[in-house]
Amino acid sequence: MTDLIKIFVAAFLINNIILMRFIALCSYIGMTSDVGQSVGMGLAVTFVTVMASAVTWPIYYWILKPNGLEFLEILVFIVVIAALVQLVEFYLKKSVPTLYHAMGIYLPLITTNCAILAVTFDQITFNYNFVQSIVFSIAVSLGYLLAMLLLAGVRQRLKNSPIPSFMMDTPILFLTTSIIAVAFMGFAGLIK
Amino acid sequence: MKRLFGVFVNGLIIENPLFIIMIGLCSSMAVTTTVANGIGMGVALTFVLVMSELIISLFRNLIPESIRMPIFLIVIAAFTTIMDLEMQAYFPVLSKSMGVFIPLVVVNCIVMGRVEAFSSKQPVADSVVDGLGMGIGYTWVLIALAVVRELLGNGTLLGFQIMPASFSPMIFFILPPGGFLVFSLWMAASNNLRRKLLAGKKPEPTQDSCCTLPENGSAEKA
Repeated sequence: MTDLIKIFVAAFLINNIILMRFIALCSYIGMTSDVGQSVGMGLAVTFVTVMASAVTWPIYYWILKPNGLEFLEILVFIVVIAALVQLVEFYLKKSVPTLYHAMGIYLPLITTNCAILAVTFDQITFNYNFVQSIVFSIAVSLGYLLAMLLLAGVRQRLKNSPIPSFMMDTPILFLTTSIIAVAFMGFAGLIK
Repeated sequence: MKRLFGVFVNGLIIENPLFIIMIGLCSSMAVTTTVANGIGMGVALTFVLVMSELIISLFRNLIPESIRMPIFLIVIAAFTTIMDLEMQAYFPVLSKSMGVFIPLVVVNCIVMGRVEAFSSKQPVADSVVDGLGMGIGYTWVLIALAVVRELLGNGTLLGFQIMPASFSPMIFFILPPGGFLVFSLWMAASNNLRRKLLAGKKPEPTQDSCCTLPENGSAEKA
C-alpha cells in the first residue's frame, strides 16, 4: 500500500508531468485560456489515460514481450491509443450523450496528446505491475489537471494586467509557468 | 528556386515551429540541459520530419481523405522507430539521457502538423525543403536554449569548461523552472525580431489544429 501512495505522490506532485517533466506543453498553453475548457480537457485526458494504461499494459506483457516484438512498442501503442479514442468517442456519442457533449470536442486533440503516450511508455520503463500502472496513470493525469487549472486561473488575472509589450502573449505565460514550477520544486523532499 | 528558398527560410523565424506556431514544445525544454542533447534531438526530429514529409508527399494523391490521420500516424511512427533504434545502436548515452522524449517524437505536433498542413497538399521538392526548414528552425532554438542553460547552469559548453573556476554554477538553469524562464526570454526576443521583419505586412494566421480547438469549437459545444 505504501508503495502505491509513494507512486501517487511522486507522479502527482514531485514529478508533475507538465511543470517538472515538460510533457504535454502544447495543450497546456493551447487549452488554458478558459477555466471551464481546461477542466474539460483535464478530465478527458484523465479518462483516456487510465484506459490507455489499462489496455497497453496487457498488450506489452502478454503479446509483444513473449513474441520478442518489443521494438514495435511505439507503433503499436500509438495505433492502440488512436483506436481507443475513436471507440470512446463512438461509445459516448451513442450511450452517454451528456458526457459526450461535455468531453467530445476534446477527444480529437487527445490522440496526439503526449501525456497519454508518455504514461504508457513510462509504466514499461519503470517496470510497474498492473495495479501500480493504474495508480501511476491516475496520478499523472490528475497532476496534468492541476497544472492546467493553476495556469488557467492565473491567465484570467493576466488579461487585465499591465504586461510589458515585449512579453505580451505567450512569453509571459512561460514566465508564469517558471514561477509556478519553482513552487513545485518545494515538493521534492516529500518522499525519501 | 526562389520559391523553394522562401519555403526554407519560412521555418527559421517567420513561422518558427516553437516560437510562432507553438508546437513541439515538450521536447524543446526537456532535452536542452546540455548542448549535445539539444543537437541530438534536433537532428533526430529533422530526420523524422523530412522522411515523413517525403513519403506522405509522394503518396498524397493516393491517400483517401477520410483515413488520412491513421496513415500519417503509422508513417511517422515507423520513422520514429527507425530513428529510435539507430540512436540506441550508435549513440547509447545520448539515447539514454533523452529517455521518453525519443518515442514522443511520434506525437510531436511539428511532424503531425507539417504533414497535415503542408506535405499532404504540396509537391515533393517543396515538402522536403519545408521539412528541412522546419527541422533547422527547431534545432536552432534547441541550441540557443541549451547554450544558455548549460553555460549558466554548469559552466560548460558541449562538455568543455568555459567559465572560470571561480564561477559557481547556477543550478536553477538546469532545473525545470530555468527551462521555462530561458524559453520565455528567447521567445520574447524572437517574436520582437519577427515583428520588425514583418513591419507593415500582415502575417498569415499560423494557428495549428492539433493542440487547440478549432474556431467553431465552442459553438459545437453549445
